[in-house]
Amino acid sequence: MFYREAGQFKTSYKADQAVFPIFQDRIFVAIWLFLGFIVVPMLANEYVFRAIFIPVIIMALAAIGLNLLVGYCGQVSLGSGAFMAVGAYAAYNFMIRIPELNPLICFLLGGLSATVVGVIFGIPSLRIKGFYLAVATLALQFFTDWTFSRIDWFTNYTPSGSIAVQPVEVWGFVFDSPIRKYLLCLTVLVIFTVIAKNLVRGRIGRAWMATRDMDVAAEIIGIRPIYAKLSAFAVSSFFIGVAGALWAFVHLGSWEPLAFDINLSFSILFMVIIGGLGSIVGGMLGATFITLLPLFLNQLPIWLGINMSTAMVSHLEYMIFGGLIIFFLAVEPLGLARIWQITKEKLRLWPFPH
Amino acid sequence: MGFFVEVLLSGLMAGVLYSLVALGFVLIFKASGVFNFAQGAMVLFAALTFVRLLDILKDSFAPITLSLIITIAMMVMLAMAIERLVLRPLVNQPGISLFMATLGIAYFLDGFGQTLWGSDIYTLDIGIPKGSIFILESVFDGGVLVAKEDLVATVIAGLLVVTLAIFFQKTRIGRALRAVADDHQAAQSIGIPLNYIWVIVWTVAGLVALVAGVIWGSKLGVQFSLSLIALKALPVLILGGFESVLGAVIGGLIIGAGEKLSEIYIGPYVGGGIEYWFAYMLALGFLMFRPQGLFGEVHIDRV
Amino acid sequence: MNDTDRKLGPTILKADNISLAFGGVKALTDISFEVKEHEILAIIGPNGAGKSSMLNVINGVYHPNAGSVTYRGNVRQQMKPHEAATQGIARTFQNIALFKGMSVLDNIMTGRTLKMHAGFLAQCLYVGRARNEEIQHRKKVEEIIDFLQIQSIRKTPVGRLPYGLQKRVELGRALASEPVLLLLDEPMAGMNIEEKEDMSRFILDVNDEFGTTIVLIEHDMGVVMDLSDRIVVLDYGKKIGDGTPTEIRNNKEVIDAYLGVSD
Repeated sequence: MFYREAGQFKTSYKADQAVFPIFQDRIFVAIWLFLGFIVVPMLANEYVFRAIFIPVIIMALAAIGLNLLVGYCGQVSLGSGAFMAVGAYAAYNFMIRIPELNPLICFLLGGLSATVVGVIFGIPSLRIKGFYLAVATLALQFFTDWTFSRIDWFTNYTPSGSIAVQPVEVWGFVFDSPIRKYLLCLTVLVIFTVIAKNLVRGRIGRAWMATRDMDVAAEIIGIRPIYAKLSAFAVSSFFIGVAGALWAFVHLGSWEPLAFDINLSFSILFMVIIGGLGSIVGGMLGATFITLLPLFLNQLPIWLGINMSTAMVSHLEYMIFGGLIIFFLAVEPLGLARIWQITKEKLRLWPFPH
Repeated sequence: MGFFVEVLLSGLMAGVLYSLVALGFVLIFKASGVFNFAQGAMVLFAALTFVRLLDILKDSFAPITLSLIITIAMMVMLAMAIERLVLRPLVNQPGISLFMATLGIAYFLDGFGQTLWGSDIYTLDIGIPKGSIFILESVFDGGVLVAKEDLVATVIAGLLVVTLAIFFQKTRIGRALRAVADDHQAAQSIGIPLNYIWVIVWTVAGLVALVAGVIWGSKLGVQFSLSLIALKALPVLILGGFESVLGAVIGGLIIGAGEKLSEIYIGPYVGGGIEYWFAYMLALGFLMFRPQGLFGEVHIDRV
Repeated sequence: MNDTDRKLGPTILKADNISLAFGGVKALTDISFEVKEHEILAIIGPNGAGKSSMLNVINGVYHPNAGSVTYRGNVRQQMKPHEAATQGIARTFQNIALFKGMSVLDNIMTGRTLKMHAGFLAQCLYVGRARNEEIQHRKKVEEIIDFLQIQSIRKTPVGRLPYGLQKRVELGRALASEPVLLLLDEPMAGMNIEEKEDMSRFILDVNDEFGTTIVLIEHDMGVVMDLSDRIVVLDYGKKIGDGTPTEIRNNKEVIDAYLGVSD
């Protein structure tokens, strides 16, 4: 990526440390923002919003959150489903028990509740690492599953155990149409992405990466493991909690505890792995990929003229996911993000090889 | 009192089955240092293959034996495929990458097994006696009710455990496996053929999975939820230690008994469903205070 | 060159009767010595003599079974590694403990962690104090990069650098915290003569310009004799020599154990 910088010399540290120091990147991001906020709402139809854009955006938020924990700080967590559940249920409870609260505030409070739970999930990380930690987070995931199915207070004593909510309404403005929902989610994503990028290039981000790479050495230069690890859990679960609230209120509309079970945890983890560990863009790529793949697989037999049952399609999905995980881990551990980076570099020079 | 013993025994026997699955994990971990999340999927795959083959071959002259042989052959091929396609490309990566790769294997195997054999529930009947009998009639009034299946399972599992323990401690291959688990490169440098060893290990684990699958399958029917048993085996491993065969056994017994007992005696106070997470919370406690489990080894990091 | 007229300060570090054992293995037995401020002290000895363990005790990574370490007047038996860092002790490692996933610049910046105090919110938005601190400390880090002459590789991920350069980056990271006491564990291991000369010059400059007290473990006798003010010799966990280079060169016990034929 050095030749992209060719000719661009920074004359101040401030310029060198900007989020997008390379001029081409800035243009790129501006184009994406333009496409996202202006072009898509004009062109897309309702189905595309509901089935593609909204879930991808919310999942991207969750994936970025998990990437902060797993990719940047190196702490394995299989409990992201639980964080989303906490975010959703907490937001719900705040909303119905304190009706005066603005729904957006409730989402943030949902995120904060997830943060509290996240810090608790993170306590084992101070003593154990690797997949021991993964198992510990699994334990807490199961416990959370059970809590939300068994303790009726959380679901406001509904007999069925599932919750249904009204479209989000803020100061009289109702987010009921797909376009409004999409724009809401997109705005949240953009804000959180900026925050994530800022954290990652600052002191906390370096503390996380140092803890990931060699935690003993990190401690010796003064980075306290408790600070690095728990802050990673806290920030990550805040992101995922808010994503959970959005997922429940904006995307699903009604849900039961099983909607946030371990399969969701695995999905988000896959997004992070396939998208690329330690990369913000990776979270977005992974979310897009994992959300689109089932849709694509559903359509594929129709395009090819083969008859396949939906069960068969779901089996294929599993096989492809499994295969891809192994493929990415073996061939390109830095995931789609790295492939994307390489593609960008090659495109700069195409048709020359180097 | 008799009731308590009944619950205890049924819990212990459920525990034996957990141990069986946990054994597969321990084998692979001991020999390749990998935590094989796909063990449960292997159990399901083995059981599915076996039960479907039984169905297909039911009119041949020795259906059970034939199906067994073919299933074993398939597990061997599976082990070879895993070694070639997953373990070899990832040989120098940290443990957590390998763990996530086994997650990938689990997903793949789930889909593949059901593609191959369908996803209905199949009953498995190979002549394991069903029904219950009363035992210990002289000790407890009226005796204690035990399922015959569970007794058979306990015996089989016990035999398997003893065999494996001897295999690991006494044979040349067992020693080689332990060397490999300790340090891949060092083992290679003294001439231990890594790839060959791995195929052996994963095959043995596959066979253990088959036995577990057959036993569980004839109890519950062969169905998708079988792979969820893997998730139950994890707390067993934490309690017992990842490298210990004995630990897998004792851990399984504790978890099995603990689950049943807590469900019956504590369950009513908290709305039931304790079984779901009891094992995991117990594991969590161990992780915090004794991560190596009861019989595992402590790892020291040298700077 | 050790200049015996150099101004040395009072004792900054004192080890008293340090004993350390791992199970049955006695790593250190009853070790006592002193280090004066601004001094360069070398710890030498055969492999396995306990040198790295001694550094680890000073640093707080290992806790001695007996004895105490007095640092800057404070007696302490147990110290957490990050406490050592806050009190101005920095170190490098025998087997390079750099953060392989980060660039040279970022690695050295981590050394500035303790001097950065911006709040969480400021970091989220990268405004005000957070941004100013990043720029400020970047300046300081660049000074270190200039000093160590590694400007051309500042953005390279350290995992890709050759061994000699990695050692230099590690020194940079240790220097970034502006330490009072610098512990160097075999800083010249695996280097050729030119690299060793460069490293020696860096070490002397650091001691000269910043007055940093240096304790180093080293095997190259030439370097040790040239650089150090005093030498402590360990063998099988016990101290068998303590004095100036001249004294050590003529110490019979040391010669028998370690140096071989006296020249």
